[in-house]
Amino acid sequence: MARKVTSRHVVVSTAAAWLFGFLIFLPILWMVLTSFKTELDAFAMPPKFLLFHWTMENYATVQSRSDYLHHALNSIMIAGGSTLIAMLIAVPAAWSMAFAPTKRTKDVLLWMLSTKMMPPVGVLVPIYLIYRDFGLLDTRAGLILILCLGNLPIVIWMLFTYFKEIPKDILEAARMDGATIGRELVYVLTPMAVPGLASTLLLNFILAWNEAFWTLNLSTLDAAPLTVFIASYSSPEGLFWAKLSAASTLAIAPIVILGWFTQRQLVRGLTFGAVK
Amino acid sequence: MATQQTQVLGRTLLAPAVVLLFIWMIVPLAMTIYFSTLHYSLLDPGTESFVGLENFRYFLTDPAFLTSLQNTLVLVGSVLAITIFLGTPLALLLDQPVIGRNIVRLMVIAPFFVMPTVSALVWKNLLMHPVSGLFAWIAKLFGATPIDWFTDAPLLAVILIVAWQWLPFATLILLTALQSQDEEQKEAAEMDGASALSRFIYLTLPHLARPITVVILIETIFLLTVFAEIFVTTGGGPGLRTTNIAFLIYSQALIQFDVGNASAGGLVAVVIANIVAFFLVRIIGRNLET
Amino acid sequence: MGQITLQGVRKSFGPVNIIKDANLDIADGAFVVFVGPSGCGKTTLLRLIAGLEDVTGGQILIDGRNVVDVPPAKRGLSMVFQSYALYPHMSVRGNIAFGLKMAGLPRAEIDRKVEAAAATLNLTPYLERKPRDLSGGQRQRVAIGRAIVREPKAFLFDEPLSNLDAALRVQMRLEVTKLQKQLGTTAIYVTHDQVEAMTMADKIVVLNAGDVEQYGSPLELYERPVNLFVAGFIGSPKMNFVSGEATGRNDAATLGIRPEHLRVGQEGEGWPGTVSVAEHLGSDTFLYVDAGKLGTLTVRYVGELNLKAGDPVWLSPDPARLHRFDKEGLAIRT
Repeated sequence: MARKVTSRHVVVSTAAAWLFGFLIFLPILWMVLTSFKTELDAFAMPPKFLLFHWTMENYATVQSRSDYLHHALNSIMIAGGSTLIAMLIAVPAAWSMAFAPTKRTKDVLLWMLSTKMMPPVGVLVPIYLIYRDFGLLDTRAGLILILCLGNLPIVIWMLFTYFKEIPKDILEAARMDGATIGRELVYVLTPMAVPGLASTLLLNFILAWNEAFWTLNLSTLDAAPLTVFIASYSSPEGLFWAKLSAASTLAIAPIVILGWFTQRQLVRGLTFGAVK
Repeated sequence: MATQQTQVLGRTLLAPAVVLLFIWMIVPLAMTIYFSTLHYSLLDPGTESFVGLENFRYFLTDPAFLTSLQNTLVLVGSVLAITIFLGTPLALLLDQPVIGRNIVRLMVIAPFFVMPTVSALVWKNLLMHPVSGLFAWIAKLFGATPIDWFTDAPLLAVILIVAWQWLPFATLILLTALQSQDEEQKEAAEMDGASALSRFIYLTLPHLARPITVVILIETIFLLTVFAEIFVTTGGGPGLRTTNIAFLIYSQALIQFDVGNASAGGLVAVVIANIVAFFLVRIIGRNLET
Repeated sequence: MGQITLQGVRKSFGPVNIIKDANLDIADGAFVVFVGPSGCGKTTLLRLIAGLEDVTGGQILIDGRNVVDVPPAKRGLSMVFQSYALYPHMSVRGNIAFGLKMAGLPRAEIDRKVEAAAATLNLTPYLERKPRDLSGGQRQRVAIGRAIVREPKAFLFDEPLSNLDAALRVQMRLEVTKLQKQLGTTAIYVTHDQVEAMTMADKIVVLNAGDVEQYGSPLELYERPVNLFVAGFIGSPKMNFVSGEATGRNDAATLGIRPEHLRVGQEGEGWPGTVSVAEHLGSDTFLYVDAGKLGTLTVRYVGELNLKAGDPVWLSPDPARLHRFDKEGLAIRT
């Protein structure tokens, strides 16, 4: 960036940035606007931008449909459950690789990351058959299991990088101060790792919430999260856009907002350290 | 370096993750390989027979496969092109002194966090609908006829949806890379008389080469298996025009219930992904050294 | 109470021997400095004593007890790290108190000791602050406070002053020395700076590539270095080494003479040369002399010597201060 920044530079940059930002955000904005319209207004041509009768009736309809809440609850449980279980497995694994590394550690880590690179469709058939035979189809447990395994490499990777950033000598200082390994973990490591743990939890919750391959293929109704529920709107049942928009806004709003807080973690988690 | 005690502990703690991922990797993959050698249809269970590489030959010579392969390449290539060629200038723009930069950044990042089924339906219905969609209205403003996206240009429609979702990813990565660029190096070049354009060509672009490569590799891996957007908008059609390899395998497995064929296809997808993964893992590995 | 002995201590990582065979006797209350170039193993040796690394062979005795299998938490030693390694999420008070808390002392006693240590180190006004709100020198003192409050058998210092600026370093050097004398606790101090070593130590261990080259008082190392390495390492500017016919002597493979012991004499007396650089500090004059076959010789003259680049000089070594080394590099003693 130049040292002396002309005001013309700022004006041009600002105008351009806001223009492109707005264009990119437009679909989301349009969806949110539509959610406050009546169905007739939603379908109207030319489209109504801001001057329409704003109503909350769509939200009321969506919320009163008990199946919406059912699916929302599924999303929470599946995203939450799979992430928490993944964390339980990943924390010891990441600790071990960060603080007790061996010559093989790097290879193990790379291997773990490579499991995330396998296309899910490559194992769709056996997973589907196994799930069918074990009665796991359309169960929350089944989805939690597979999403947990799917995200496990990313969780381990992110925790590994956060643990690596904890200066080794602070842990050694704790040891010199008389702390056993257990107390070192409780009094020193965990407090220092909490921000990293929180970020990892958040990002992977988001990734699990948005997962749209296994959820679409392995659930239909009982265990279906919001990804599936919204997909069922794809066969049009007459005028329904406003309701679709309302349901969609509800489904994505918390995640998009949370996502705004995880930008840095996104880079860390999904580029596997290949970009600093 | 850890002492003896920590070494032993370390190995025990690592075991569950390794074991789980190993089983997750090996078992389904082994089964896929096994199934791919069978003639196995869920429609007549119990009539499985070993057919060796027959399924592969059938799959690879099936015109549907070739079409889906072509669609996959077009889809992946186009999305890569759009995200990189739009993402790079966008990242450069966001690196400038923009008033309200953080808000703009949030607007640009948001699409990545929208679940794919919502994105697809919003684009299909609210934007691309030939009668009441926003794009139709814009077209009419300019006196053109609105495009019936999902009839006339379905693959392009899918490409646009997917590209919109992944643009934030590319932009964010490249922006991060830009912000890690060495300021002093640029200042030294300025002292040496380099213009802003020269500094961009000789310093910034080479610096971005690595992150762009990473973006390409990572996006490719995830784009090879685009599924939800197709599932929700076109179901692979009209005909096969929006069927990519992932969707083809899906339809063979869960619509035609041809397990043998779908497994063969699945393996083909795995092989393709592995090739890309090989390069990505190499880059990651090199970075881990530093 | 803080007597430390190393017997045949060895440390290797695979085929690489970091420490070859260390034998040292450190008396209770002594201030011993481990010094040597980068990679010589001084920090490794310190960490072996601390228990942060395992020995490959040998014994480490603390007050007669072999601690080689004892974890660091139980050895009764304190360490001050180069980066201070303060706990970022705890206040200064919390940092200093941590070790006492681990030892299970009652709260009241912990407070008393922490406040006493803080008072000694002028940290009382900062007790409730977090490390990120402290300056480098203050963090340093917190690290020291954390070490002294546990009343350990010995202090271990790992290059604690290298992250401080020059002025602060000189001040802290004095404070650390004073503190150690006051407490009377054994101290092992690692540094690469031989000036720190010479000024602070009761005894110095000079390490080179895993070998203990010499163990003695600063003056012993200065006046009677046992080999070329120690002779060249101790003393600043470095000792001059000359060899061959041009020296005019044949009783040693290499001769060593310190810059401060080379006399600038009358024409014809001693070794001839031309001044290539002359540094006038007022208090001293340093001459870098091109002496032909003898190479470049450094001369240190106390006071002002009116010579400049290009002037011819004649240098003669003080015979009482001349060091002789054989072809293995060992000092020849008469």
